[in-house]
Amino acid sequence: MKLGIPKEIFTDERRVAVTPPSAHKLIELGYEVIVEAGAGEAAHYRDEAYEAVGASIAVDTKSLWQESGFILKVRAPMENPTLGAHEVDLMREGSFLVSYLWPAQNPELLEKLAARNITAFAIDSLPRISRAQKMDALSAMANIAGYRAVIEAANNFGRFFTGQVTAAGKVPPAKVMVIGAGVAGLAAVGAANSMGAIVRAFDTRLEVKEQIESMGAEFLQLDFGEEEGSGTGGYAKQMSDEFIKAEMALFAEQAKEVDIIITTALIPGKPAPRLITADMVKSMKPGSVIVDLASERGGNCELTEPGQIVEKHGVTLIGYTDLPSRMAKVASDLYATNLFHLLTELTPEKDGKPQVDMDDDVIRGLTVVHGNDVTWPPPQPQAPVSPQPPPGTEEPSAAQKEAARKDSARRSLIGKSALLLVTVAALYGVGAHAPESFLSHFTVFVLACFIGWQVIWNVTPSLHTPLMSVTNAISGIIVIGAILHLAQAENIAVGIMAFVAVLIASINVGGGFRVTHRMLKMFRK
Amino acid sequence: MGTGLVSVAYVVASVLFILSLGGLSHQESARRGNLYGVAGIIIALIATMASVSEGSLITIVIAVLLGASVGIAIANKVEMTQMPQLVALLHSFVGLAAVFVGFAGYIEPLKVTVGTEHTIKLVEVFVGVFIGAITFTGSLVACGKLDGRIDSKALTLPGRHAMNLVAVIVSVALGAWFLGTDSLALGLIALVLMTLIASVLGIHLIMAIGGADMPVVVSMLNSYSGWAAASIGFMLGNDLLIVTGALVGSSGAILSYIMCKAMNRSFISVILGGFGQTSSSSAAADPDQVVHETTIDEVCEELRNADSVIIVPGYGMAVAQAQSGVSDMTKLLRERGVNVRFGIHPVAGRLPGHMNVLLAEAHVPYDIVLEMDEINDDFPDTDVVLVIGANDTVNPAAAEDPGSPIAGMPVLEVWKAHRVVVLKRGMATGYSGVENPLFFKDNTNMLFGDAKDSIDKLVSSLRG
Repeated sequence: MKLGIPKEIFTDERRVAVTPPSAHKLIELGYEVIVEAGAGEAAHYRDEAYEAVGASIAVDTKSLWQESGFILKVRAPMENPTLGAHEVDLMREGSFLVSYLWPAQNPELLEKLAARNITAFAIDSLPRISRAQKMDALSAMANIAGYRAVIEAANNFGRFFTGQVTAAGKVPPAKVMVIGAGVAGLAAVGAANSMGAIVRAFDTRLEVKEQIESMGAEFLQLDFGEEEGSGTGGYAKQMSDEFIKAEMALFAEQAKEVDIIITTALIPGKPAPRLITADMVKSMKPGSVIVDLASERGGNCELTEPGQIVEKHGVTLIGYTDLPSRMAKVASDLYATNLFHLLTELTPEKDGKPQVDMDDDVIRGLTVVHGNDVTWPPPQPQAPVSPQPPPGTEEPSAAQKEAARKDSARRSLIGKSALLLVTVAALYGVGAHAPESFLSHFTVFVLACFIGWQVIWNVTPSLHTPLMSVTNAISGIIVIGAILHLAQAENIAVGIMAFVAVLIASINVGGGFRVTHRMLKMFRK
Repeated sequence: MGTGLVSVAYVVASVLFILSLGGLSHQESARRGNLYGVAGIIIALIATMASVSEGSLITIVIAVLLGASVGIAIANKVEMTQMPQLVALLHSFVGLAAVFVGFAGYIEPLKVTVGTEHTIKLVEVFVGVFIGAITFTGSLVACGKLDGRIDSKALTLPGRHAMNLVAVIVSVALGAWFLGTDSLALGLIALVLMTLIASVLGIHLIMAIGGADMPVVVSMLNSYSGWAAASIGFMLGNDLLIVTGALVGSSGAILSYIMCKAMNRSFISVILGGFGQTSSSSAAADPDQVVHETTIDEVCEELRNADSVIIVPGYGMAVAQAQSGVSDMTKLLRERGVNVRFGIHPVAGRLPGHMNVLLAEAHVPYDIVLEMDEINDDFPDTDVVLVIGANDTVNPAAAEDPGSPIAGMPVLEVWKAHRVVVLKRGMATGYSGVENPLFFKDNTNMLFGDAKDSIDKLVSSLRG
């Protein structure tokens, strides 16, 4: 099948859907590649480069559209003013198309495609699952947009990003606030941070805190208890009114302090949330910059104008909608790679014939028109079923745990009370009946136990063996008792027993101290 | 010497013993601590000898000097790997001495006592002999087990708990008889019978405890020897013996407690014994699991490329006498700038602190030898972990498999490192008899063979 790569006709669109390296790889998949003359020009890919890898250059625009069985594009098909025809009408019936389509916003376009029996893949409708990441053009472009947003901001900002102390005076570092820590937001955080700015970032999804901090920014956290903004598919969801109020208060406060605000907040299927009001813009320092990455979808800032740079209240408001296109080369490279991966999925046989497997979650999500049917929106993806724990190992519920804890606490309390009672009874018995001489020894004994208890806990675990051998040697003190008996022995049997006792207790003393000494001598730093 | 001076000397000796134990809290002060202990005992001996009649002095001096020189000779000869046996053997001496002194005290009391005082003294004699006898035979069995002369598996006779209980009840009954009789001969018979029963009880108790629980057993016997000395002290009315016995007793008790905690088991369950018999019922090996075997060269390459290495030794290192090779390897790697450290599990080996002593003997600097809690968080950032002859103390089942017999036991989390190399003779289970899933993990490589052999080969190829 022939793949057609038309030149983009959307104003200021510099990207191209297929680059010479990806054309080469597509040819290896069994396709023929036809490129419209000058299609890669704006992205600095010349026609000769395409020809060099085996692609052919179309005679004219019309023939390209008519010859191709599969059109690879960046922007959605639109009215071609030169030819006076809509691009969809230029396509062959029953052919294929992949490009950005924004199916939610463009139902007529889908109808038009379906009417011409064109199977269309909307690269922007890719399901966000790990397997599909290699085709995720939205993330690839958002990454570029986030970086470029910082560059545009720097270009319009009259100071260094990094703080400097020079002979000519001290320059404070720029303070940047990034709102929305998706791919674009994180890319902006990284770029601004590496340029030396102080970066703060906000997101309604608490889970991104770590990612923000890993990129070198401070996470601005709302003191707002439970509410958490994670929606499905890794996107944010709409928040409650109280949350938005608290959030706006935070932005108002930050606006007075920061020099640059980069907003990237989008909620799927909804106009961009209004986060920066005209009053906040007024409160910013003159010379500040706002880059509104959401301007194409209505803008996060009230005052930005899509596609324009305007200055209001001394603040430069950047509303460019074509940031990836402003870095056409890298954007084309990444987009072309995304499309190549898609084509690889579609062509498992490598025979140059695309197969649409509607049972495949990824392909199903991408396919918005299949033959004559509009197949958008796709059925809801099933929530990942958490694997069932093997029987017998279920996590006990909180209530069960609590009960078990209470139960064991109660049992330990009973045990402790019983021990206390016994101790009290024993002490009473000793105090009431024992003679004085015993009591004084008893006092010494109890105190010595406590001293031992206190001293031993301080012993470092690595010295436990020496501790045992030294205590062992010390317990040879029983030799004293043996000596006293030996000295008084009248009975020969007692004498022998006492003698043996002195002897072995002395072995203990001598051996114990000696071996401890040997061990301790070995410990060295 | 007057009794006043003797008492003062005993007080000084007691203080020196306390300082001695206190000195062991740090490596720097430990040697001084040992010297305090020696000074204490010498002062006590001299004071005691000075207080007795001159006639018997020569016999006493002979006995003391003979005993001490035998002890020192043994201590000079013993290998550091035989330390556990020696300690157990020395405990048994204290136990035996307590038995003898107890008998002597009953037959020929130093002081004549009457009434309640007499009853109390008889109780003290009886308790002292009882504990002494258990300590004596129990320590001998422990020594035999540690030395390998007795099978270190737990001996579980049917109805063993009932047998122990009967032994205790009979001893108590004998005690009542002993207190009730006025006849020396009848009293002696009761005392001897009780001693025999206690001796059997000591043997049986320790026989029922498996090899992995030996650190607990040894520290428990250490504690008993202290209590035996304390009860003899009561019998003699000697405060020095009471203080020292109490110090040693509580020291051993704390060590036992620490060891039990490290194995996540209660003291009672260790004492009742029989652990290690349930074997691998719950964690039966999955036949599909594969073991990745590795070679000396591969391990050598991994060590060369590593930035950080943690060595986890176990009893296997002591058995193979591999510690000096390990020390050489540590030195070589440290010269290359590799961050080498040791992770020591509290119950690694057969004595509390056993591994530390062996590594110290091999001149491993003690500041790179860390405890489990100090090093457990560092495993995820570690390139290579060498497990040398350790098994249960690195078993992930303790953390991951609630059905495992060792579930909940704190272990060294070696499997979190990038690469684990296990040096082992074969696939046998550790003392707990539990299968170790670590060996089947993807990041685990097994280096089979004698640990000393493997380490020596590693050292020479690291040099090469």
